[in-house]
Amino acid sequence: MEQTVQFFSGFNVNDFLFLGEAAGRTLLISFVSIALGTLLGGLFGWALYEGKLFATFALAPVLDVFRSVPLIIQLVLFYNFAPIVGLRLDPFMSGVAVLTIYTAALVANVARGGIEAVGQPMRRAARSLGMTYWQDLRYVVLPIGGRAVFPSWVGVALGVMKDSALVSVLGYVELLKASQILITRTQEPFLILAFAGAFYFALSYPISLYADKLERRWAQ
Amino acid sequence: MIEISDLYKSFGDLQVLKGINLQVEKGEVLSVIGASGSGKSTLLYCINGLEPIQKGSIKVDGVEVHAKDTDLNKLRQKLGMVFQQWNSFPHLTVLENVALAPRIVRKLPKRDARDVALKQLEHVGLGDKIESYPGALSGGQQQRLAIARALAMEPEYMLFDEATSALDPELVGEVLDTMRLLAEEGMTMICVTHEMGFARDVSDRVAFFHEGLIEEIGPPKQIFGDARSERTKKFLSKIR
Ligand SMILES: Nc1ncnc2c1ncn2[C@@H]1O[C@H](COP(=O)(O)OP(=O)(O)O)[C@@H](O)[C@H]1O
Ligand SMILES: [Mg+2]
Repeated sequence: MEQTVQFFSGFNVNDFLFLGEAAGRTLLISFVSIALGTLLGGLFGWALYEGKLFATFALAPVLDVFRSVPLIIQLVLFYNFAPIVGLRLDPFMSGVAVLTIYTAALVANVARGGIEAVGQPMRRAARSLGMTYWQDLRYVVLPIGGRAVFPSWVGVALGVMKDSALVSVLGYVELLKASQILITRTQEPFLILAFAGAFYFALSYPISLYADKLERRWAQ
Repeated sequence: MIEISDLYKSFGDLQVLKGINLQVEKGEVLSVIGASGSGKSTLLYCINGLEPIQKGSIKVDGVEVHAKDTDLNKLRQKLGMVFQQWNSFPHLTVLENVALAPRIVRKLPKRDARDVALKQLEHVGLGDKIESYPGALSGGQQQRLAIARALAMEPEYMLFDEATSALDPELVGEVLDTMRLLAEEGMTMICVTHEMGFARDVSDRVAFFHEGLIEEIGPPKQIFGDARSERTKKFLSKIR
């Protein structure tokens, strides 16, 4: 990728496009990881709520580990140890794998909170209408609990998008890595970091706005 | 017909129902009165299988509710239930609240589910609120919504658990009127209630619960005018 950039000393339009492309990669890796992590996290949250022995004694501690070990350590460890067990993943796939698990660990607690927010009486009312366990989950718990914890989930998602910058240590050219490359060449760190920051903002602000709009619509 | 015989139910060490025998005929309206904690709600939950039982049997139209091979989801379609807290689904409009179960449980096509919902909403006097969200309704309206929601499953029995206890006094009447209407239409009903006027005027029989047992059961005339049990008299004198 770097080769396509011409070696000017100053920051130019091509560099800006290069940053834009990198922002696209930040968005891609974040989107994939958040989507997969949310699905997995929802499943984990449900398991935690149902609280079978396995969930309490095996799942919960593992999720705690992934929540508390700094992401950068997880990334480096995974990237270096995955090949040993026969997983040959490129930086993108490695980043997706680690970010997905990390997101899932965070979303698991959010999801459990969402299920708890619905409450037993509401669920009994649903069951009393003849809904099955799964229909109750799908048509009552998911929408009601989901809305209750939606703001927390948006917080997790925006956090993961920012944290995806750490995948740069694996050499994946997302926004931060792209900025570092340009800084090395142009020696204009402030300008470039300001641009990179602006890109991050441009990625997350619409999401915040849209989330606010949704919440307001649900609140009526 | 609902037939309950020798029903025992406990939560852990706490014995809540201690040998209930009761039969409710098709078309009958039974009111259940008694002090709080005497097991009235628990009885209703056992009847539609929301709570497991320890001993005895409950049969609805001959089907053993707590038998292993009973399809509870199917059985519950026969048994509408209305709770003290109305539990309307806040994310759905009034119409969707009522149409949801007909659509996903009875598997009616969307249009038919909507028609059923409309019919029941008009039945309880909410025909002009179908596009509102429950949050915009009063407690009395939400409780009538809950009644319509249960009726949309076209149940053969309705179980009411203190349907008016959580309502502001001025809203109690509209819900009782709806229940009275159902009774007049011939619905079979078990109503746990603190509304003695309703119990006296509407029910065919009244059961007085005391500490997990039916202390006395009989026509309203007997319970309110000529109770055999001292406990019944004492309970009634206290709440009046
Ligand atoms: N899920 C439960 N777990 C434990 N105890 C319960 C539960 N539900 C009810 N009880 C207890 O059972 C007793 C009877 O409760 P309930 O049937 O709600 O009485 P009532 O409706 O007559 O007021 C009470 O002592 C109550 O605390
Ligand atoms: Mg009760």
